[in-house]
This record gives sequence, C-alpha cells and structure tokens, in this order.
Amino acid sequence: MEPIRFETHPDRYRHWKLSFDGATAKLDLDIPEDGGLVPGYVLKQNSYDLGVDIELADAIQRIRFEHPETKCVVIAGTKDRVFCSGANIYMLGSSTHAFKVNFCKFTNETRLYLEDMTDNSGIHTVAALGGACAGGGYELAMACERILLLDDGSSAVSLPEVPLLGVLPGTGGLTRLVDKRKVRRDLADAFSTVAEGVRGKRAVEWGLVDAVAKKSNFDEALAKLTTQFCAETAERSGPAVTLKPLSPTREENATRYEYVSLEIDEEKRVANLKVSGPKADTPEDAKALRELGSDVWALKAFRELDDAILDLRFNERQIGLIVLTTEGDAERVLQSDRTIQKLAESDWFAKEILLHMKRVLKRLDLSARTVFAIADQGTCFAGSLFELLIAADRSFMLDVEDGPTLRLSALNFGPLPMGNGLSRLESRFFGTPGRVAELKEESDAIDTERAAELGLVTFTPDDIDWEDEVRIAIEERAAFSPDALTGMEASLRFVGPETLETKIFGRLSAWQNWIFQRPNAVGDRGGLTTYGTPERPKFNYERT
Amino acid sequence: MSQIDHSEKIPNNVNLSSDRKLQRALEKWLPNYINWWTEMGPEGFQTKDVYLRTAISADTEGWAHFDYVKMPEYRWGIFLADPVKDRTIACGDDYGKPVWQEVPGEHRNTLRRIIVTQGDTEPASVEQQRLLGQTCPSLYDLRNLFQVNVEEGRHLWAMVYLLHSYFGRDGREEAEALLERRSGDSDNPRILGAFNAPIDNWLSFFMFTFFTDRDGKYQLLALAESAFDPLSRTTRFMLTEEAHHMFVGETGVLRIIQRTCEQMKANPGKDPRELGLIDLPTIQKALNFWYSISLDLFGGEVSSNAASYFASGLKGRAKEAQYDDHICLEQVFNMDKIEDGKVGSEEVPLRNAMNEVLRTEYTEDCQRGVNKWNRMIAEHGVDFELTLPSRRFNRQIGLYAGIHFSPAGELISNEQWEAQKAAWLPSEADLTYVKSLMNRSVTEPGKMANWIAAPKQGIKGRPVDFEYVRLD
Repeated sequence: MEPIRFETHPDRYRHWKLSFDGATAKLDLDIPEDGGLVPGYVLKQNSYDLGVDIELADAIQRIRFEHPETKCVVIAGTKDRVFCSGANIYMLGSSTHAFKVNFCKFTNETRLYLEDMTDNSGIHTVAALGGACAGGGYELAMACERILLLDDGSSAVSLPEVPLLGVLPGTGGLTRLVDKRKVRRDLADAFSTVAEGVRGKRAVEWGLVDAVAKKSNFDEALAKLTTQFCAETAERSGPAVTLKPLSPTREENATRYEYVSLEIDEEKRVANLKVSGPKADTPEDAKALRELGSDVWALKAFRELDDAILDLRFNERQIGLIVLTTEGDAERVLQSDRTIQKLAESDWFAKEILLHMKRVLKRLDLSARTVFAIADQGTCFAGSLFELLIAADRSFMLDVEDGPTLRLSALNFGPLPMGNGLSRLESRFFGTPGRVAELKEESDAIDTERAAELGLVTFTPDDIDWEDEVRIAIEERAAFSPDALTGMEASLRFVGPETLETKIFGRLSAWQNWIFQRPNAVGDRGGLTTYGTPERPKFNYERT
Repeated sequence: MSQIDHSEKIPNNVNLSSDRKLQRALEKWLPNYINWWTEMGPEGFQTKDVYLRTAISADTEGWAHFDYVKMPEYRWGIFLADPVKDRTIACGDDYGKPVWQEVPGEHRNTLRRIIVTQGDTEPASVEQQRLLGQTCPSLYDLRNLFQVNVEEGRHLWAMVYLLHSYFGRDGREEAEALLERRSGDSDNPRILGAFNAPIDNWLSFFMFTFFTDRDGKYQLLALAESAFDPLSRTTRFMLTEEAHHMFVGETGVLRIIQRTCEQMKANPGKDPRELGLIDLPTIQKALNFWYSISLDLFGGEVSSNAASYFASGLKGRAKEAQYDDHICLEQVFNMDKIEDGKVGSEEVPLRNAMNEVLRTEYTEDCQRGVNKWNRMIAEHGVDFELTLPSRRFNRQIGLYAGIHFSPAGELISNEQWEAQKAAWLPSEADLTYVKSLMNRSVTEPGKMANWIAAPKQGIKGRPVDFEYVRLD
C-alpha cells in the first residue's frame, strides 16, 4: 500500500474549500464521492475518511500561521441538505482495526486542535449546519464554539452510531455531549439512540445546538455570530508566516528532515527517532523571528517531529518501540526556549510556535508505541527537548566521567502541558509535588548522578553495561504483547486529573478499541460488517 | 368492521369512540387540519358545492358515495382495509412469522420516518395544485382536481392516524409538523424535492397525476406488504382511491392528445400551436420531465436503506406474492455501473436493489399508459410516437445524478446536454406557451377548453355536461 502522507496545501485540497473574507475564514466541506484516500469505498453524502481530516488539520494550521487577520472560522458545507454524514462506514468496515483506531485518534486530535485554537489563540469557531449532520459530522460541529442549525423541518444533528452500527460515536462525541455542551445525561442518552437525530427547537432545548435559523435568515444569523466574535477579538498584528513544505529525503527505511531523522529497523521492530537542536541562535526580536518564518528551529523541528510521528503511526504498523535520541547544543535550545517564551507574551507568531510545540508533544504522548529515551554522549535533552525525555515511558542515561547532561528551562514548568492539564514534570512527580518546585532551582547542567537522584531518568548504566542494558531492555520490550503494552502505557502516562481530553482518549482507547474488536461490531454479522449489505446485524445479547 | 361510522366527528372504521385518548388527540389535530385546508387547499372554491365521492365503507365493492359537498366539510377520516386473517410477514428475515399489530421498538424510528415521508407528500400535492382551479379546462376537470385534492387530504389523515396511534408524543409532533411544512417554502419545505415544484398548468397536473401519483401507488404497494399490519391495511385502502388519480392523469393527457390529433387532421399542414393546441413534441417534453423526476422519488439504485427496510419486513416489493423468493439473501441484480465515462454493469445484492426492482415495475406500468396514448395518435393517422426516455435521463438522485444522458440513455458531455436540453425538456418558452392557453377557466357545464377533448363519459353515470361544481 502507498504510504499515507500528512503534508498538504490548500492548492491541493480535494474536500475543503478555504476562503477568507476579512476577519472571517470559511471552511466549506464538499467531499467528492470519488475522493477516498484508498480505493474500495465511495464518499457519499459528505462522509469523510482520513484524507478529509488531514486537510482539515492542515487548514487549521494554516489559518493560525498564514492568516493572522482571522478572528473567526466558519465551518460549513456546500452540499444541499447535508452538512456531513460522518465517517464513511464502508471505509471503517473495510479498514484494519489498527487503522480504525488511529483514524479516530487523528480526527480527535484535529478536533482538539480546533478547540485549542479558540482557547489559546482566541480565534472563534462557528459550525454552520445547512443540512443533516450525523456522527463524526456532529462531533466536528461540537468541536466548534457555537453551532447554528438550519431549521427547515428536516435538518437534524445526530449520533447514530449505537442504533445504526453497534459502535460508539468514536471521536469524542459522547464526552463532548455531556462534558463540553453539558447536555443532561438522560437527554444525551435518548439523543444517542435515535438514528434520525434531533432537529429544530428541540435541538436547542436539549443543548445540542446553540441556535436554529430558517433558510431565509440563516446567513443573517451566521453573520451576527461572526460579527460579534470578530468585534470581541483582539487584532493579531504582524505579517503572516507561510508554512513551507518540509521536503524530507526518503530512503528505504529512513526519512531525513533538517532536524529530525527517522530510521526503521524492521527486524527489531524499532524506530530510531533523532531530533537535533538549533544550528544557530534564535532571533530575539519579533521582526527577525518573523523573517525566518517557518524556518525558525522551534517550529520547523517540531513540524518535522509531528510528521515523523504520524508517519510511524500510520505507515509503520509493525514498529513497537521508538528509541528517542537528541543531539546538538543545549545552550541554543535553552536560548530558543527563552526567546520564544518571552516573545510569545506579545507576539502571536511566537505564541503559535509554542502552542504548536505543545500539540506535537501531546501527539507523542498519545502514540500507542513504547517510547524509550536514550541519553548518551552528545545528547541534548534540554528545555523543550527535555520534554521528549520525560514523555518517554523509560529513559536511560549513560553514567561516565564528563558524560551527558540534562538541562531544564521555564518551558518544562507549564507552557507545554499534557492532555491531563499538568506539565510532564508535574505528572512525573504527581506523588511528590514539592519536587517540581525544587527542580526550578536546577538552572545548571544536570549530570547523570544528579539526574538519577532527582528522579529525572529511569536507569543509569555505566559504560561497561550500557550497550547490553539498552539492547536487552529493547529486546525484552519488543517481546511483550503489543496490546498489553498499549493499555499499560496509556494507563501510566496520564496520571492525576481527568480532562475532556484525557476522557476522550481514555474512552477511545478503552471502549472503542474493545467494541471495534467485538463480534457485534466486526464479526461475520456485526454492525460494521453488515452495514449496507443485504444482511442485518445479528447481535449476541449477552452483556459482560 | 368495514362499515364506516359517519356519526362520529371523525368518520372511521377503527372504533375510534372506544379509544378516548386517540380520539382526543385526533380531535385536537382536526381544527389545525381544517385551518391548513382553508389556508392551503384549492383557492377560491372553499364554499362551493362539489360533486365528490366520499368513502362510506372499506369494502372493495361499493365503497363510495357521491354527492355535493363543500370541501371543508368533506368527511375526511380513518379507513383501514379489512384485516387479512392470519396474515404473516411477507418478506425479509422474519418471513412467515405473524405480522405485528404494534410497532416493535427496534423499528419504531424507522417506521415513523417512512410514514412521515409518505405522509408529507399528501398535503404537499394539495399545496402544489392550489391555484389550478382558477384555470380549469372544464367543470368536469375542476371536479376531478378537487376529488384528487380531498383524497390526498384523507391520505394525510391516514398517515396521521398511524402517527397518533402508534408513535406517542413524537408521533403527535410529527403530525403537527406535517401541517407546518409548505410546498416550495424555502424555510420549511416539503421533505422530497419533487413536492416543492409548483404545478401551475394543467398539462403538468395531468402528468403529475399520471407519473408522480403512480410513484405514490408503487410506494403504497410496497408499504401494503409491511409487517406492521396497521400500515399495510391503511395503505391498501389508500390504493383504492389512488386508482382514480391515475385515471385523471391518463385520460387527461389522452384527451389533450385526442384534441391535438383531431385538429391536426382537420387542418393539415397547420402548426398545432397556431390552432391554440398543445403540440405533441411539447407533450413529449413534459413527459420527459415528469417521468424523470418521478423516477427520482424511488431513491438511489443501490440503497442500504432499501435493503434494511426489506430485511426487516418494513417494506416489501409491489405485490410481494408474485415472487418466489421472499428472503432474497442469495440473489443478485444486474445494475448499471458508470466508470471512466462508460456505462458498464455490475452485480449487486438483490436486497440493495429493491428500489430498482420497484422502479422497474413502475416503468412497465408507465409504458402501458404511454401505449394507450400512442394508440390514440395512431388512430388519427398522425405520424408521431411518444416514448419514455431512458431511466438515466435527467436524474438528480442515485447512480446517474450529476452525469448527463440523452433520452436514449447515451452518456453525453455537459456541452451536448446544454445544447440539447431545450429539445428534451420544457423550455421557458414552452411553459409560457402552455400557460398562455390556460389563462382563464371554462366553467359552463359540458364546455371544454380548446386544447382538450371532452371525456368519453361523466362521473358515476352523470352526463359530461352535469354541473359538477356549483359556482354561483
């Protein structure tokens, strides 16, 4: 199969039309039936597959960086009578389990990205539903701040997965319903079992949408919302930044970007992922930073990292373990961190870089692969790159004279939180919160002995044991059941409080993973298997 | 059982007086219905006496009574065909099991949707035709229009009865919504596209009753096979009334053809339009239009909904008993497939092709009517033949939507379509011409507009020049 690529550009979009009108950006969904990412299904009724979401993620990214004038994004559709009918069922039915779960995960990350854009960049979002909106379509709408639904007697919002398919609204639908929109749970229950959904006034009463409007005043109602949003949003001054293509060199089993390299060891089922620090100092004033644009190390390196993680997730199914290393000049990483954080207080571009770093690190947290961080000679786990080391499930640090060191920066203490709302250090020291405060005092290089003492690394073999220890740890890990590891790692990574985000992904990986494996969904007569075929699903009614 | 109790406020043969709750619900709906009828029913004739038939029994024999009635006082009501003893499920996975007298929870929402969609078409057509009475070609035709209208109204009642009886509060809300939607209203349109286009001339009306009401007939035939017995009984009785609507359409077009051919023969070499007639090519174009949009009403060629309706026994094929296999899990259906600019074919599971099976029967039924029209043309020695266009022609729904085909069914380019469109479908000029013939009504008993022949016979043994509608 052709590998799936995640880089795209509005010029190449097949599913979305991105347009700008002053401070309002419009994303119109218009999916061609033959626009599927792989052959074998037809994208009828504006139903989507991964390709549609790849474009959406790209569009959000570009609005944030390339269109600073944008204050409000309207997500709408161009098809008559249907906004979006959700994920394409034939696509789900013909996909492998791993793909289904990864697909759900990616669409979730995209929706959260949309919400992050509102929460942290102040760019408002409105879903303008000019027709039926089902399943993942409604989940997308719920990711927007406001939902406006056409009141024409037939347009409805719905989550028909349970009654129609015997699976869950898999992209955070149920969680957003009760946690975000605060729909009463009994009403949410009723809503989630009615395939045809809820329309008009009742949809407003139940809190499923914010407003309805008749066709004749729909545009007016929408304009009122966007005008109000635009009026209450501050200007983001300074010129736009064009996101240049990453253009990696791809060899067999290796992908090389400017700051990231990914080498695949098929036999060991290991991916070696190396991130390099900046080659030069980061400009310290906003104007000079802007001139570098998407070549700024903090942006480019993390964009490359993001692309590599997605490549691993979707195209390297057999790889179970990511071995993470870093190299470079720690001082320059710290200088970059300081500069970006300082400028982010007043400059939107620097702020967007920071937010983007946060998102990429979350993507790593959420990847269902074991991550080992290896700190040996020449390592550069400093500041923002140190986050990679504590994002890992385990870390190894070489214990020799003049050996590797770690460095902390202010970015390790809050600006790059995990999905649970805590910094990675807070998560790590959840049982000993005082430790985090102490760590703020560690402004110098931290050697191996000190790192072990502070609990920043897991194991610290000396040079006699190093190679064997690391090799054995990797080989041992590769022999465990990947399912058990996925469950174990996901359970251990997110300690502490639940957030909308952890709930979405927690339920996604637990419940949907389970349901997607069950005969009632994917057996010979399961809901997904029989959908659209002449046979009806046959459920085993035994409950656990 | 089959006698209708007319002493009740709502005539019925379902023993409504013993079900106080249902009675209350329907009596609450009744004034809203009358308001709707007054507002949206035939404009200008609400106080006139019309010679209408009213159902007095649900027997197939002698079920109707004819007399003068003011339309708002028409005895709309609830009439179900008599139950079939020990009726069993006619198709699908539960084939052969007893039919349901109550809605199974599993199918509640789907059935409600089916009933609402069917129900929505009934008031829609009344709304589409509400101004037609003002340009009628004769009193006879005026009466037929009103007969069709009141029966569509009664069919709405039939569906509303099911909604009130079996679907609880949701059903009552849907019943209200049926009165709130309006044909052609951009804010609150009728559910199906074809029911939002105005019918503003009599050629369209006859074509509509021939083609579009015939779709209704096939939908009702399919619903008559439903495992939900009250739906089956309701639709079986609706079918007895529907036959008249198609009669109105078939004979209406036939009389236009007859008049045109007679006059062409009497005035050789003359352009029929100069004689104030509807020329045969214009009739062909109207046929092309109404046939193709009616085909759309059957839904997509390959349909998972159709498969699921059939599998769960909610909707069968027309006259299911004529088939041998009622489960249809193993059979396949040969379907067109459009690929790389060519029409090929592929096999699809029969259950997914049920819309197409129904459409095929419909097409054959239409052809029978068209044959009659052609016999009329041939009898007058006119060299012209009306033809049903290919099923691919001018479709907006399903396999052929978004692609252009000639009436012969050949795949053509956008440019070819644009160049030929006016030769195949009624143009603005055609419509303007047809409407120009119908700029006033002919209301003297027995008189006909110039463009249509008189019917062979009147209604219920009455002469053609009977005063079917009293206008003073």
